[in-house]
Amino acid sequence: MPIVHKGTVVDNKKVGSYFVLTATAADMPKEFKPGNFVAVAIGDERSSLILRRAFSIYQVNDRGVYGGTVDIVISPHGPGTDYLANLKRNDAINLVGPLGKPFSLPKDPVPCVLVGGGYGAAPLFTLAEALTARGCRVDFILGASTQEKLFGMLEARRISTTLTVTTDDGTSGQMGRVTDALPEVIKKSNAAVIYACGPMKMLEAVANVANMHGIVSQTSVEESMACGIGVCMTCVLPIIGDDGITRMLRSCVDGPAFKGDKVRWDQVGKIPSDTWGAPDEGVN
Amino acid sequence: MKRVPKRTSVDMSIELAKLRLESPVLTASGCAAAGKELDQFIDISTIGAVVTKSVMLEPRSGRATPRMAETPSGMLNGIGLQGPGIDDFIEKDLAWLNQKGAKTIVSIAGNNVEEFGKVADKLRDIPGVIGIEVNISCPNVENRGQVFACDPYAAADVINNVRRNVSASMPLFAKLSPDVTDITEIAKSVVKAGADGLSVINTLLGMVIDTDTLLPRLSGKTGGLSGPAIRPVAVRCVYQIRKALPNIPIIGMGGIRSGRDAVEFFAAGANAVSVGTTVFNDPEACVRVHDEVAQILQDKGLRSLAEIINAAHEELI
Repeated sequence: MPIVHKGTVVDNKKVGSYFVLTATAADMPKEFKPGNFVAVAIGDERSSLILRRAFSIYQVNDRGVYGGTVDIVISPHGPGTDYLANLKRNDAINLVGPLGKPFSLPKDPVPCVLVGGGYGAAPLFTLAEALTARGCRVDFILGASTQEKLFGMLEARRISTTLTVTTDDGTSGQMGRVTDALPEVIKKSNAAVIYACGPMKMLEAVANVANMHGIVSQTSVEESMACGIGVCMTCVLPIIGDDGITRMLRSCVDGPAFKGDKVRWDQVGKIPSDTWGAPDEGVN
Repeated sequence: MKRVPKRTSVDMSIELAKLRLESPVLTASGCAAAGKELDQFIDISTIGAVVTKSVMLEPRSGRATPRMAETPSGMLNGIGLQGPGIDDFIEKDLAWLNQKGAKTIVSIAGNNVEEFGKVADKLRDIPGVIGIEVNISCPNVENRGQVFACDPYAAADVINNVRRNVSASMPLFAKLSPDVTDITEIAKSVVKAGADGLSVINTLLGMVIDTDTLLPRLSGKTGGLSGPAIRPVAVRCVYQIRKALPNIPIIGMGGIRSGRDAVEFFAAGANAVSVGTTVFNDPEACVRVHDEVAQILQDKGLRSLAEIINAAHEELI
């Protein structure tokens, strides 16, 4: 069960373009599974920014000196994330979590490729540990527009069989996109599952590569949310159900990880006309 | 541990239309789905009532994204009434609420007058439904460009039709839009048509423009503004309606974030309050606001909530 926790900031350090914020989180780490997220309040109960911001949980620690803690990765790009990036040790922070469905793990110890775009890589490291514990081979691909927007290279190297890095401008690793490197990594590792987290366009491209290779992909989506707990209905996207019917599902409670071949990528931001309950002509 | 209201010596129970509720704090339609998600944080059976997200006759996909934009002390939303349709709602959502022992006020919406009646009819004899809130004021419903709540005749037509399709003892609340010249005119019209009470207010129609693209931020272009930013408008509407209709039961809502905010509504004339957008910020808000109101009353040396209702109207007390 998720909880509301009035916690404090234990640490907030700059890593490349990002901030890694550690906050007390009471019993959240005990409930945590890789792929879960937290919804963080911006300011106190008088703040004029009333919507929580959702962050993948990057790390958890259930028995530190501060009790349970969670780490999140912040990319400052607006008033809410700027506020969080400026928080200092001992500042108050209010978290709700753990939220969302975790990643599904394969039953058998099959090879897995983990693809992270920028700070979207955050939830993949605990996932890699869980997969490794099951005997899965893990290969990492980390990509970003430029070197300082890469996240988690050292950790990825430590926990994976191979790490491939791509940047759009060639400042680190191969010049290009993660999907330029993906087919080769799939081939070499004989991958059965691909996990991906990052920008929507990257997820779409990864899902397409997975489909072409006939392998399973799980994509953790990023849709803007107002609540994170399933009551506001703002974070929906068209998902094909097991019955073949497309429904507008909430990424906060039905995701954030969806099977890549079940997301109507070309229709995200629209209502396909064959969606359950859609007007005949759909909504563009 | 799910949060439940603290024990208090203050009598927090209220009478609302034909109902007696143990807490004056309800959820607001569209901000609590059908209660299940919030029940992870609060015991949903301990709040005044769950006012469910507006349900329509048929399943509905809602609008495309983006559906939301944050605004100063508030938000703009244009969900487009996404929902499962009344049959599925009764089978799954209402069944769950009943099993939890929740008191449920079902919010209903329709594309036309007849549809409202059909949805209401489906709720006949369904256990656990203690009231119906008629969403005549959702600014997102496209009805040839018309919004029922902005026209006293159209609003009365809907209430009339719903009234004819439910039992005489079922409390009906009409949810009013503040986007009118004189809200008391609409209030009088729906009460005459058979509403037992009023939910005051729905969101205000607004727009946010993205300054990078220079286009409206929401896919539906306009949306409903909610949150603390609209609270003074809501308090004013409750006050005006209470003055015009001294005995009509009112559920007050619009930007309630704290017990102190709720007290403003009670003093203006609300018999109960709904907490809406604040739930997105604090999933425990309905119980917290209840506790804070009780504490304020206790600090004032009062024994019951009833003592502050209408307090802003010196002529009524």
